[in-house]
Amino acid sequence: MTLHSLSARELAAGLEAGNFSSLELTRALLDRIERLNPGLNALITVTAEQALQEAGAADRRRARGEAGPLTGLPVIHKDLFCTEGVLTSCGSKMLANFIAPYDATVVSRCREAGLVMLGKANMDEFAMGSSNENSHFGPVRNPWDATRVPGGSSGGSAAAVAAGLTPLATGTDTGGSIRQPAALCGITGIKPTYGRVSRYGLVAFASSLDQAGAMARSAADAAWLLQAMAGFDERDSTAADTPVPDYTTTLEDDLRGLRLGLPEEYFGDGLDAGVHAVVEQALDALRNLGVETVPVSLPRTELAVPAYYVVAPAEASSNLARYDGVRYGHRCENPRDLMDLYTRSRGEGFGREVQRRIMVGTYVLSAGYYDAYYLKAQQIRRLIRDDFQRAFESVDLLASPTTPSVAFRLGEKVDDPVTMYLNDIYTTAANLAGLPGISLPAGFHQKLPVGLQLMGNYFSEPRLLNVAHRFQQATDWHSRRPAMAGEEA
Amino acid sequence: MAWETVIGLEIHAQLATTSKIFSGASTAYGAAPNTQACAVDLGLPGVLPVLNREVVRMAALFGLAVDATVAERSVFARKNYFYPDLPKGYQISQYELPIVQHGRLTIQLEDGSERVIGITRAHLEEDAGKSVHDAFPSASGIDLNRAGTPLLEIVSEPDMRTPAEAGAYMRKIHSLVTYLGICDGNMQEGSFRCDANVSVRPVGETRFGTRTEIKNLNSFRFLERAIEFEVERQIEVLEGGGKVIQETRLFNPDRGETRSMRTKEEANDYRYFPDPDLLPVELTPGFLDEVRAGMPELPDAKRARFEAEYGLGSYDAGVLTASRALADYYERVVAVVGGEGKLCANWVMGDLAAALNRAGLEITDSPVDADKLGGLLRRIQDGTLSGKLAKEVFEALWAGAPDADTVIQERGLQQITDTGALEALVDEVISNNPKQAEQLRAGKDKLLGFFVGQVMKATQGKANPQQLNELLRRKLMG
Repeated sequence: MTLHSLSARELAAGLEAGNFSSLELTRALLDRIERLNPGLNALITVTAEQALQEAGAADRRRARGEAGPLTGLPVIHKDLFCTEGVLTSCGSKMLANFIAPYDATVVSRCREAGLVMLGKANMDEFAMGSSNENSHFGPVRNPWDATRVPGGSSGGSAAAVAAGLTPLATGTDTGGSIRQPAALCGITGIKPTYGRVSRYGLVAFASSLDQAGAMARSAADAAWLLQAMAGFDERDSTAADTPVPDYTTTLEDDLRGLRLGLPEEYFGDGLDAGVHAVVEQALDALRNLGVETVPVSLPRTELAVPAYYVVAPAEASSNLARYDGVRYGHRCENPRDLMDLYTRSRGEGFGREVQRRIMVGTYVLSAGYYDAYYLKAQQIRRLIRDDFQRAFESVDLLASPTTPSVAFRLGEKVDDPVTMYLNDIYTTAANLAGLPGISLPAGFHQKLPVGLQLMGNYFSEPRLLNVAHRFQQATDWHSRRPAMAGEEA
Repeated sequence: MAWETVIGLEIHAQLATTSKIFSGASTAYGAAPNTQACAVDLGLPGVLPVLNREVVRMAALFGLAVDATVAERSVFARKNYFYPDLPKGYQISQYELPIVQHGRLTIQLEDGSERVIGITRAHLEEDAGKSVHDAFPSASGIDLNRAGTPLLEIVSEPDMRTPAEAGAYMRKIHSLVTYLGICDGNMQEGSFRCDANVSVRPVGETRFGTRTEIKNLNSFRFLERAIEFEVERQIEVLEGGGKVIQETRLFNPDRGETRSMRTKEEANDYRYFPDPDLLPVELTPGFLDEVRAGMPELPDAKRARFEAEYGLGSYDAGVLTASRALADYYERVVAVVGGEGKLCANWVMGDLAAALNRAGLEITDSPVDADKLGGLLRRIQDGTLSGKLAKEVFEALWAGAPDADTVIQERGLQQITDTGALEALVDEVISNNPKQAEQLRAGKDKLLGFFVGQVMKATQGKANPQQLNELLRRKLMG
């Protein structure tokens, strides 16, 4: 039995039918992780012992007739969700010794749903990066081509799902960190509306942009995981206090008459022609399902990346000030005095990209520059939000490529941060506006996955998942799997 | 040259909530280090602040009490700087949009005159922890129990011109926040502390001189003394041809002088920006009406009422209403006695205040509570005790006696008010001292005191002085 190739839905049916136990499933995936992770480097921590205990508990829960839909299914958490008693490194040397003393709300909700945590996923340090090369624990390899990046910052989560190490993984998306690696690894990843999922226990990068979401091989599976994660949390003042709809009941809704906007700015210069062609074919498939595509304009699109790279570093420079070597995390050897303790602990503990962003963020908040940078970027944010609202007056959703190109080679862009940042060109706007977005496999270019991005208005997650699901019923791109070592594709 | 002093004060009042401003940890003082700091207070990765609703009510109450504008929308901002006792590397405060703005407060000076002092703003913020430098031989300790304690920072306009005005303003704010019940006012524990901005300028000059800031003054007297010293120092510098440097200074109460702590050139750029973890505080319609409805009687109103209701002079009423605790005590005494406002005032401000002063106790810690003192004064009022005996009973109450009547009974301290018994005694004393009696009858009035003394001696002071006087006059001077 190849349990690793089954969807979460199929696995749940198998558990319910008694075809296999959660313990068997967990053992199978732990074996696969043991075999494949050394090559992929998708996981920083494997919590095998704990996973087997949780799987046993899930089986007992099922035997008592108390299992929910997700009970006994495996999950991997991005290593910036605090997990009690388990290393929560954030991909950083700074937190390479940090055992979290509490669970993030996302983690405890998954636990309550009966999900079994297999381990913690590799990531760009403090979620800063688009290639997963900024991890203290080394880069993650793309399962489709080990010489290429999986995307970032949730690259470990995406690679783990693509390689069949887990059917479900959590991620976070500050400027595209769920959607971009989902696209590059050929899986489905949804970043919900800002506030839909609690940020409590999620190690902050940029608080006004960070949003946790679900990564899986299909929209239907992602809907299930998101269902478990979403909801109000009184410990997060920015959490949305609106009811969570049942995402599974609207998956099959008819798409006829749905108006899909195609923002011209997302199909212009810089978009790889091969990627463009794949996205056009995907749009054809949607048109065949009765979707009407409409050209629209989001005129401030080109301002999104510059605004993002002011706001995100500004918040990061403040959020990361707590890593000072005083209470936890990395502390330098034999500090001479307080200033030495600060500068060496932070200099040694943070990687280059994190240091670069702290410096940028400190600069844009400084007296004399605040108005020109931070305040201006906040104004641009409002303009971008206005652009979207104007578009949603005439269309239901927006569609675009998720990234301008397929997965690039490891090392290709590490010395050129601006080119690296432009990989987020289609994804940052949704974060700046707080809107939900999903990336789903749209086809292949040069044997590498291409992602189709859908964006919607606030709390339109049901519609996004519905369109993605119907698309996946009509196509099989999402069920293509990379050939892993010792396997056939 | 004649100089004018310009003073503005920043007062930090710790709000009397049971839990912290952004976490559920307790704010109680004096616990073992770091036992009252939860994950949020420690600034662990991933934690988020959640605003304690009560601090908004308290700040609004203060705003209404000083006739200020209470903002319908205020915003928390991050003040970024590194310090070991600041766990997050930033302090959550309010910057551009504070909750209280444009208030004013009338202060009374000793000569009876009044001045209005402007209150620029009052904003909410969290306190930092404490560095402990004497607990370990070669390292400093950090105690984060205080981290996250809610503070209201009250910033005045530079409206004060003398140390006495600054002292009066600080006392008045202290009285106000304790009246409102939003601060316990305990200066020893740091619940109420003050920074003073001080500058001088030639009389007639309209521009401000360069100011210095004296930090962390935790008593009214220190504030006045620190400003007195600082003003003299600045004048000396200027008259010597020098320049005042804008800097932060600390007051050393033992030496009575201020010394430089750091100059502003070394000061941080705090990089304030709105805290993305917290939503703006938006007051719901009707919120301020609810707060206003819960407003207690304020010092000025209480003082006027004390004058009218208890027949007190302005000075006495001022002293008795200086703190809510003292005013409450006084009113309870009056209630127990059933009137006699003046008698009660004399005792509260006299014997009781003196005893508290000697013992270094606050009114709230008085071993003689208002009910006990009232019980004692009732026995003066009904003639059971003379003033002299009452003092003896007071001493007994102070030492722990349960109530005045018990002391009176146990010690047999009732005045002899039985006219027959007293008359027999008087007759005895007169017959024992025929010569003095003769002289008194002949007009040597001074000898009346001699007979009073003799009778008092015979009764161990228990004779009712009024009755005794009447008897003696009738028998010897009639």
